[in-house]
Amino acid sequence: MDFLRPASWEEALAAKAEHPTAVPIAGGTDVMVEINFDHRRPEYLLDLNRVGDLYEWEVGQDSVRLGASVPYSRIMESLRAELPGLALASHTVASPQIRNRGGVGGNLGTASPAGDAHPALLAAGAEVEAESVRGSRRIPIDAFYTGVKRNALAPDELIRAVHVKKADGPQQYSKVGTRNAMVIAVCAFGLALHPETRTVRTGIGSAAPTPVRARTAEEFLEAALEEDGFWDNGKIITPSVAKQFADLCAAACNPIDDVRGTARYRRHAVGVMARRTLTWTWESYRGARRASKGAA
Amino acid sequence: MRVNFTVNGRPQEADDVWEGESLLYVLRERLGLPGSKNACEQGECGSCTVRLDGVPVCSCLVAAGQVEGRDVVTVEGLAEFARQRAERDRCETASRGDRTAAPGTSLDEARAWQARGSDSQAGEGGELAPIQQAFIDAGAVQCGFCTPGLLVAADEMLEHHPNPTDADIREALSGNLCRCTGYEKIMDAVRLAAARQGEAV
Repeated sequence: MDFLRPASWEEALAAKAEHPTAVPIAGGTDVMVEINFDHRRPEYLLDLNRVGDLYEWEVGQDSVRLGASVPYSRIMESLRAELPGLALASHTVASPQIRNRGGVGGNLGTASPAGDAHPALLAAGAEVEAESVRGSRRIPIDAFYTGVKRNALAPDELIRAVHVKKADGPQQYSKVGTRNAMVIAVCAFGLALHPETRTVRTGIGSAAPTPVRARTAEEFLEAALEEDGFWDNGKIITPSVAKQFADLCAAACNPIDDVRGTARYRRHAVGVMARRTLTWTWESYRGARRASKGAA
Repeated sequence: MRVNFTVNGRPQEADDVWEGESLLYVLRERLGLPGSKNACEQGECGSCTVRLDGVPVCSCLVAAGQVEGRDVVTVEGLAEFARQRAERDRCETASRGDRTAAPGTSLDEARAWQARGSDSQAGEGGELAPIQQAFIDAGAVQCGFCTPGLLVAADEMLEHHPNPTDADIREALSGNLCRCTGYEKIMDAVRLAAARQGEAV
């Protein structure tokens, strides 16, 4: 094994171009487990800890450019207002020790269907900034996950950052597990309301071969909210709408039975989380509406 | 490969390090510091918790090569680390910046560190960090395997939260598993250390 230690992003790209089989390591919270257990013996480890740019983020007009290695603990502390869904998801990652090391770049690189960040990224809307010596491109998050632990990266590409849309409405994240800390999701659900465009977006984790959106459920909910003027009148969502939304989210799953839960349980739990997160976000939207009306 | 880094305030050099080796392995097997415990090797249990540039991490998940040039504090250096922090705080309070103490703990001192005695007198005679003393006084140690990781994590929490709520303590220690105590005595120990820290100010 060789340990490659680029001191800059340009050096990292050059190393990845020269050794496309090199395994990038940042927080090490996935890669080191595989090495410790002898599940993986990469020919090259490409250490990204010295590439300082990856630990920075910029808050722009419409989105946040989040460096691939910004640890979850920083996201929780510093980006709660801009990226509430991702901040909530970050708080459910493993333990403080892991959150101090791991970041979204690793979650995307590993592309496990159980990665905690994915449902939040899908719901908020995001693009992955991938780069190689050949150039840089932005991959829409919907096109990024291509299979179980597979993503759209070319062998010579590295993840530089992820551009996440700033929240323009309430966002929620929910995760089912056996305890609060140190738990891989049995399944997870992210929901974001986007009042500016009058759209809603979802993200489902651990209930299909890849993280997925429940598009039919989104379209149903958008139509239902539009039809009855909910965005304007701020009424309580009718239980039948919430139930239909939950059922469509459950139907968007394609889960398996495994040690963490059965397919049937996962489908049921996703429906429950969809209904709950819809209630939470909608109540928060109504609250914000009332507050702004009161101010005016 | 060779790795140069700072351990408990002193520069150290580890040789013949395998590229896939963890920081935990380097500490235990190459530097002779077995205080950080090797248990799950997958970041689940927190027994190997150390401070990396001040931040608590699982040393089993840090590749040895990643610590080149960086600063690590292990449980063996915790007493000295806490002493210096207290001194620094005092200096800052008195707005004086003169630090005279030679920094850090040498490898020999760290290797020789022990909480002396094996009965209820444990800890007497050895220099202890306040959190270590609180663990002894509260009876928070049973088999002791999880203790080093808990000490490092709890000490770091008290650095940032002088008056932690029970929720703060549980959150800070949520990455450290203990299979003996049921955590109640550990909670007592951290509350005790926090209270003593408050009295000292």
